[in-house]
Amino acid sequence: MLLSAALFMIGVFGVMVRRNIIIIFMSIELILNAVNINLIAFSAQLQDAIGQVFAIFVIAVAAAEAAVGLGIILAFYRNKETVNIDEMNLMRW
Amino acid sequence: MAQAIAFYTLAALILGFAIMVVTTRNTVHSVLFLVMNFLFVAALYVLLGAQFLAVIQILVYAGGIVVLYLFVVMLVNLKRPPEAHQDPHRMTRLGFGMAAAVLLELVVIAAYGATAPSARPPVAVTAAIPVSGNTEQVGWLLYTNYLIPFEIASMLLLVAMIGAIVLAKREL
Repeated sequence: MLLSAALFMIGVFGVMVRRNIIIIFMSIELILNAVNINLIAFSAQLQDAIGQVFAIFVIAVAAAEAAVGLGIILAFYRNKETVNIDEMNLMRW
Repeated sequence: MAQAIAFYTLAALILGFAIMVVTTRNTVHSVLFLVMNFLFVAALYVLLGAQFLAVIQILVYAGGIVVLYLFVVMLVNLKRPPEAHQDPHRMTRLGFGMAAAVLLELVVIAAYGATAPSARPPVAVTAAIPVSGNTEQVGWLLYTNYLIPFEIASMLLLVAMIGAIVLAKREL
């Protein structure tokens, strides 16, 4: 549990500190990995395979999120020539 | 005992590589550290008795997602690093503050868990799984109790694939 929480905190720290959006996406992957570790640790603790089923769903959603997010990054970079999130104000009202 | 040593070694490696992922300047190095991180997480899954998920982790993350990241990093091909031209300490204080709060909470939880007697719940028997073995159990649950979420996940993947193609295409 402490390992999972520490990995989660590193991921959150990466999301907040870094300005490169690709690194931020990798931090999100770290957060999802921490969630998976937690699910599987409970699955092993309770001798119940349902946690592993949910971890599979988390992996599927992470794959979908990475594909769509990286597509957005590519489309954005083609327009703006930057991956710095401070310069991303395309949707500012 | 050997299991505990293996667990702590893997935990230290996972956390170390995670810190390297977040703090490295070079994005390509960061992606490669992410691969190492995923591989050690897969080893941890084997240690926890989830062999099927370990294989899935290596295939999907280390094989698929990381290659996708590498392609994007090399397509984007940064001339100037984004952190070079503004003060890096603006969000750092906020991050340290929140990290300190969570760390305090963790210390409290750890102290409480050390003092309180661990009331381990009785082993929940997964009802009526007629097969043994990790992969068989997971597959049985996926195709019986969790069939509808499974199909919804497949639809989500299909929609994400179409969306990624539409987003990355130059002109429709």
